[in-house]
Amino acid sequence: MRSALLALVVLMAGAIAATAETRTSARELLPPELQAQQADDDANPGMLWVTSGQQLWSMPAGANAKSCSECHGDATTSMRGIAARYPAIDAKSGRLMNLEQRINNCRTANMAAAALPYEGEDLLALTAYVAHQSRGLPVSVRIDNAAAPHFEAGRRFYFERQGQLNVSCSQCHDDNVGRRLRGDRISSGLPTAWPAYRLDWQKMGSLHRRLRACSLGVRAEQLDFGSPEYVNLELYLAGRADGHLVETPGLRK
Amino acid sequence: MRGASQGWRAGLIGLAFCFVPPALATEVRIATFEAVGDAIPAPLDGLAGDSTRGQKLVRDRETGNCLICHQAPVANEPFQGDLAPSLAGVGGRLSVGQLRLRLVDQSKLNPATLMPAYHRVDGLTRVAARYRNRPVFSAQEIEDVVAWLATLKE
Ligand code: HEC
Ligand code: HEC
Ligand code: HEC
Repeated sequence: MRSALLALVVLMAGAIAATAETRTSARELLPPELQAQQADDDANPGMLWVTSGQQLWSMPAGANAKSCSECHGDATTSMRGIAARYPAIDAKSGRLMNLEQRINNCRTANMAAAALPYEGEDLLALTAYVAHQSRGLPVSVRIDNAAAPHFEAGRRFYFERQGQLNVSCSQCHDDNVGRRLRGDRISSGLPTAWPAYRLDWQKMGSLHRRLRACSLGVRAEQLDFGSPEYVNLELYLAGRADGHLVETPGLRK
Repeated sequence: MRGASQGWRAGLIGLAFCFVPPALATEVRIATFEAVGDAIPAPLDGLAGDSTRGQKLVRDRETGNCLICHQAPVANEPFQGDLAPSLAGVGGRLSVGQLRLRLVDQSKLNPATLMPAYHRVDGLTRVAARYRNRPVFSAQEIEDVVAWLATLKE
């Protein structure tokens, strides 16, 4: 009995480890020439947004004419590793914030500047620039304490069948990884490349824009950019991407 | 490769922005039906299906879009999915009544199925407003598609 139980525990641990290791980034499913293009900073179109984010970083804004760099200094050191642990709970408000919201929070609370519109060029550029400082670092978000209920809400959303076509995220991104949905090969749905440049959009877009496309694909409601449901979902996606490396700026079809 | 991706995007996604299927203009009712075993023996609402229209619905990226998941023996469709069994020969494997039930609601046979129920509106979550309380296929469209599937003998 004891040994049977032990064997089961070992088996389950094995199963969990296996899933973490076998998750597939959409990058690995791209044709080799697009993979090479993402890896080459001179050819990756997302780098244009990173460069424009770098310019915005030291540009004064808001009533006090402050720039990000005045408080945070050199982003290559101060922002290194930050994106890998977002979404995160903001200690002051107790709210779960993703990187876009955290940047906007700095603008409104610390710079007396207006929030930048979600999906506008400036917020995409700043988010890409900050996230890029974590490229190559493993995702490691907190999912305990105050973050736990958000992670759980995201997990429930992920496994819930939805839309007129009644399909859950998991049915595609767990059960059918590597298979073809028409011509698209399905990845594990990792959030590690975003903001990313999509050839289909001919521009950079946020993770939430990608999520809205998946929602609409199953004819489900598209939630607002930055909606609490999508931020919770983003935390769940980051939790299941634990240890996977940040890729921003990704290149996608 | 670009054409490939467009199936998922133009088909399922583009729809919300630019295309209003005629079915949406009028209320679409759910036909009452009786399942016997794993089949619905009687045509929905007693309607006769048209296999030519059926094939169109199967290929149409705005409605049936079956080829997003399935392969089928049709010409000029280079990008077909591989998430589901091929439809080749399905009319030989399954009776018309069995085909009808699988199309109306596959989840009656396999609650965990990936295949959408094409003629059902209840028990769905977070359906986009424009599709709410509307089945993917009307009773007539179910019969049309069943008629085409029945021709796939090999
Ligand atoms: C007036 C000083 C000030 C300015 C200007 C400022 N920030 Fe901040 N920032 C802070 C402080 C203080 C924190 C710590 C959390 C808090 O109190 O909001 C912070 C936190 C952050 C974080 C989260 C860091 C972490 O460890 O989680 C990011 C990301 C960030 N800022 C980005 C920016 C960006 C991008 C800009 C420019 C648009 C900017 N900040 C402008 C003061 C500033
Ligand atoms: C019918 C299948 C399907 C469903 C359901 C679906 N997706 Fe996707 N998703 C795709 C396809 C196809 C792509 C593009 C190829 C890829 O990256 O997998 C994609 C891409 C993504 C990506 C981008 C991955 C990357 O690295 O670029 C994320 C993240 C994602 N999906 C999350 C979700 C979430 C969360 C849900 C549920 C709300 C969901 N998807 C539902 C098919 C699906
Ligand atoms: C989202 C993916 C998906 C879509 C879209 C889809 N199917 Fe399926 N279908 C499946 C899967 C998966 C099965 C395997 C049975 C199961 O899941 O229990 C299946 C099974 C079937 C079967 C039974 C096949 C057999 O050999 O037993 C038929 C018939 C069928 N589908 C017809 C269709 C038609 C016609 C359409 C379009 C109107 C369609 N399907 C759309 C996923 C899909």
